[in-house]
Amino acid sequence: MKYQIRWALIFFLTPVLLWLFLLIVLPHIDLLLMSFRVEDDYGEMTWSFSNYMNFFNEPIYWLTFVRTAVYSILVTFLTFVTALPVAFYITKVASPRFQGFLAMLLLLPFWVSELVRVYGWMILLRESGVINHFLLRLGILDRPVEMLYNDVTMVMGLVYTSMLFMSVPLISALESLDNSLIEAAYDLGADMWSILFRIIIPHSMPGIVSGSIVVFMLTLGNYLTPNLMGGKNSLWFTEQIYNQFIASFNWNQGAAFGFLLLVLSSLVIWTGLKLTRQKLTGVIK
Amino acid sequence: MDLSVQNVTKVFQEFKAVDNVSFEVQEGHFFSILGPSGCGKTTLLRMIAGFIEPDLGVIQIRGADMTGIPPNKRPVNLIFQHLALFPMMTVAQNIAFGLQRQREKKADIGEKVERILKRVGLPGFGSKKIDQLSGGQRQRVAIARCLVLNPTVLLLDEPLGALDLKLREQMKVELKKLQAQVGTTFIYITHDQSEALVMSDYVAVMNQGSFEQVDTPQNLYHKPGTPFVARFVGDNNAWTGKIRRCDNDGTAEIVTTEGQGFHTKIDGVFQAGDEVDLFLRPEAMLIQPDPSVSGLNRFEVTVRAILFDGANSRLLANPHDSDVEMLIALPQNRQYDHIRENDKIEIGWDVKSGICFPTSLHENA
Repeated sequence: MKYQIRWALIFFLTPVLLWLFLLIVLPHIDLLLMSFRVEDDYGEMTWSFSNYMNFFNEPIYWLTFVRTAVYSILVTFLTFVTALPVAFYITKVASPRFQGFLAMLLLLPFWVSELVRVYGWMILLRESGVINHFLLRLGILDRPVEMLYNDVTMVMGLVYTSMLFMSVPLISALESLDNSLIEAAYDLGADMWSILFRIIIPHSMPGIVSGSIVVFMLTLGNYLTPNLMGGKNSLWFTEQIYNQFIASFNWNQGAAFGFLLLVLSSLVIWTGLKLTRQKLTGVIK
Repeated sequence: MDLSVQNVTKVFQEFKAVDNVSFEVQEGHFFSILGPSGCGKTTLLRMIAGFIEPDLGVIQIRGADMTGIPPNKRPVNLIFQHLALFPMMTVAQNIAFGLQRQREKKADIGEKVERILKRVGLPGFGSKKIDQLSGGQRQRVAIARCLVLNPTVLLLDEPLGALDLKLREQMKVELKKLQAQVGTTFIYITHDQSEALVMSDYVAVMNQGSFEQVDTPQNLYHKPGTPFVARFVGDNNAWTGKIRRCDNDGTAEIVTTEGQGFHTKIDGVFQAGDEVDLFLRPEAMLIQPDPSVSGLNRFEVTVRAILFDGANSRLLANPHDSDVEMLIALPQNRQYDHIRENDKIEIGWDVKSGICFPTSLHENA
């Protein structure tokens, strides 16, 4: 009996472990080694920290890095602020018959690929786009305005892309919130804001944190949206990595950047968990 | 006058949940609204708390009209059926929640929380989490959380329903004592008649959206105003029949549909030939009454089963020659230990014990 269980465990665990090891751990070890290698003056590969030193010595790198981190946190926060009323409406206000339908509407845009969705936004927002066309027609604008290629549009695009990953955990967190808790708080004299900050948010904390982790990681690692919707000044750190690998063909430098991004995301998530006093295992549940 | 409800009506999509209800509750009274599930008592309570606005009628608290005032601005507090304690907070934070909303000073809050915890018998429980408490302790925290705000009226929505029987019996007595101590007006809704009868000063019996009778527990039991009250409050044996003859001393001769003849007291105006419902409490029936006692309706029954339940034991019996089932109180004083199933015994009941209603009232029941 005992052996049977052990065999079953090995049987089911092996593919997962193999997958993790071959596709995630091995390449990362290789990248980590690569990030400490540089070409010396004679064209020989030697061990060095210079890939990492480059990052700190060249302001454009670490400025992009900080910018990406700050914008990712901002996007995560904005996504949360937008998704909370949506999730609240779906779970507590809408009649139960429409809940499934509304959740479906939320999901629907994600049936098409991110690329198509971003192009959709570009058709709407560009100088000769739909919105400009209507604003001109209505006489609100004299001449078309370029709404693409700036930070505001990029952040909006990133929030739009991330909405689903915040609203789904929020919906499931709010579903488990007993309506009578909200009513009890109301009855005890609470206004809307104290109900929000004392009851709804503390109750949905695990959902908020897990949604935030997903949104933050997806945004930090996003390449498409910042690249297509952001302007020349809206550099994203993933674009730096891409440039190193593809444009400069400097894999060693790219690997170092990749690891810095990994450290950054782990650090921010760790800090977020500490600040909200949540445990990673609890949040994943 | 702490609470006055006048002609309140609430309709949900053609369904009259509360139909023209009026009542008043004096300061410091324990008032219960007793009714079967779906009778509209929860809707009525939620209208007093402010969660639902009545379609018609006025709710006044200490003379102030409550129309359009939201729950967080009303001087009433509600104890929810499942208590709705905030699981993310400690006991002390739960109790302090309302005081913080009133922007009281921190030191005052701490002191008030301590005092109310002592009052409900949970001193030193402030730092506990809600899930560390037992059912009875949670109950007390829920009461403390409302009482600390000094509400004019405390509303209770069947808060004892989730407790097991033993604890419920205990909490009934405790709640009654607590109410007497603090002197706050309590409005308690329940479908459990024993909760209502034990704790209340006044009980309103509610059925299909309206009040059948508002009275003291004793009067509800002994002088039910409608057939519904007679059936709902306490157990009753019911017969339907016709009046054969009215006597001048307020009694009448009745023949039941099974052909049994009874002599009973009547209240109100009846005529010979009127159809009536006759109710009789199980304890109004005497088992094997002394032959010397006069003025009893005497007849013979066959014992079908002995329903032993301690002090509340009954006999289930058929009057002879019929399938009508009757409940007869079986006092546990060992005098009747010889009674076995299928025994034939004589039963007698006093003319004054019968309760009679014209059958036309029956449709409400």
